[in-house]
Amino acid sequence: MDFWNRYKKNKLALTGSAIVVFFFLLSIFAPWISPYDPGAINLQIVLSPPSAAHPLGTDQLGRDVLSRTIWGSQISLKVGFVSTGIAILIGMVLGAVAGYYGRWVDTLIMRAVDIMLCFPTFFLILAVIAFLEPSIWNIMIIIGLTGWMGITRLVRADFISLKERDFVQAARAIGAGDFRIIFSHLLPNAMASLLVAATFGIAGAILTESALSFLGIGVQPPTPSWGNILTDGKDNIDIAWWLSLYPGMAILLTVLGYNLLGEGIRDTLDPRLKS
Amino acid sequence: MLNYILRRLFFMIPLLIGITIICFGVIHLAPGSPTDLQTQMNPRASAEAKERLRALYDLDKPIYQQYFSWVRKLAVLDLGKSFSPDNRPVADKILERLPITLFINVLSLGLIIVIAIPIGVLAAVRQNSLFDKVTAVLVFIGFAMPTFWLALLLMILFGVHLGWLPISGIRSLNYEYLPPLSAFIDLLKHLILPVLLSAFGGLAGLSRYMRANMLEVIRQDYITTARAKGLSERVVIYKHALRNALLPVITILGLSIPGLIGGSVIFETIFAIPGMGQLFYMAVMSRDYPVVMGILVIGAILTLVGNLIADVSYAVADPRIRIQ
Repeated sequence: MDFWNRYKKNKLALTGSAIVVFFFLLSIFAPWISPYDPGAINLQIVLSPPSAAHPLGTDQLGRDVLSRTIWGSQISLKVGFVSTGIAILIGMVLGAVAGYYGRWVDTLIMRAVDIMLCFPTFFLILAVIAFLEPSIWNIMIIIGLTGWMGITRLVRADFISLKERDFVQAARAIGAGDFRIIFSHLLPNAMASLLVAATFGIAGAILTESALSFLGIGVQPPTPSWGNILTDGKDNIDIAWWLSLYPGMAILLTVLGYNLLGEGIRDTLDPRLKS
Repeated sequence: MLNYILRRLFFMIPLLIGITIICFGVIHLAPGSPTDLQTQMNPRASAEAKERLRALYDLDKPIYQQYFSWVRKLAVLDLGKSFSPDNRPVADKILERLPITLFINVLSLGLIIVIAIPIGVLAAVRQNSLFDKVTAVLVFIGFAMPTFWLALLLMILFGVHLGWLPISGIRSLNYEYLPPLSAFIDLLKHLILPVLLSAFGGLAGLSRYMRANMLEVIRQDYITTARAKGLSERVVIYKHALRNALLPVITILGLSIPGLIGGSVIFETIFAIPGMGQLFYMAVMSRDYPVVMGILVIGAILTLVGNLIADVSYAVADPRIRIQ
């Protein structure tokens, strides 16, 4: 309960969780709260500025920008969680193995991390997409596969500092195997930093997906995503500012929410880390 | 010192090998025969293009032979020929576009240093002041900002509404008829937004880092000693503390290179700047594989070289590093 008491006092963290919960609800209830069908074309009201009927205006096909932005939150959430899940899984296993076994296994895995870090991540993602089809699933997998390096380093560092502790020695003394020590004794102790990394990871993945979709190699139209609505905004930049303004605000707010949440969790779990 | 540089160069070898293996792996990402799948998805690829792809990567040979022949060609910068109608060597296409990309990145790196370091230092020296709190909020927003969106907003404001700055390309149409000075000003006007925006991404990170560093240095014993000697606060902060806090920044700048290079795809595409990033984007869209592979390898090697320069300059600045 100590955690909650400290968490409640952290204003930044509370703001962050409020934003995260808001967009979570938005994406779950999108079918009920969005005023129009996000794909409904109405050529009579093409590119009309914000009005009472369409609070955020309409796009070049007369589709309601508010409804499209609400549905777009589903994409961001999906990509954020799935790709971060993949990155966490890879980073957790590699980091645990490297930290626990050390020696050449450690060297090998850490070299692999160094090599991956040489690539401008965005280049690597784009190159892979050139060979595959751009689809939401491919995007999630690729973002996950290019985002595990930081997590590996984190888990490895935790494992190295934990594995010589008394409770691990004790577990070994009563005959626990490597597998058991890694999963039931060491990993639970690394969970705090994993949780924080995951929160920041989701924010990063949402930013990457929106940039990819903006460039036309992420989520493909007509599925609305914040990034590809902004593409429409760029195409109509001299007429329709509302197409550019609102979806971007949604991205900014969501990412800000996850970042604040991450900071909040870190400060609460481990006040020593407070920057 | 020479010893240190040689050792660093030696450590680069496994990284270089790793980079080539990953790039090579990307070519073979598609299951089955890469040519078949690639050409099926690419209606523009004729039988002839298929043949060229096969010849370029020796796809009819065993995989280890494919790898070695690819690396051998890479070593002499033979990256094959582009699939696009001009059919030019990939190395030429990249090299002619590299200078503008490097120019923009160096400018924005300079801008990041000039803006972020004073902000970080001031925020640390006046910890918990209004300035510290305001910059903390700005840093949070900076971390969360999709820079391509900021680019759109600035284009709308300065390009469309105010009409102060051009929003695409690096030259005006009448560029050739302008006298040298106006031509230079014309180029600068075209570069203001792209440079500002590509710097923006690094500002938040570096100023935050600088602040944390400075706070840590201020707590060190030698700062207490300097104060105890009776030195003025000014000298203590800006001479004794700042110098030590600045050292690790070199490494951070080295680490920020891949982000800057990667970001060039976005900015060069938005602002229609004919650099390496735009070439990469166009190659991805048209599935021009030799160009994609070439830029991927070159981007990674640039990062490696950038990190090497950062490490070596760190060693020059801080003798403690060389001894390890």
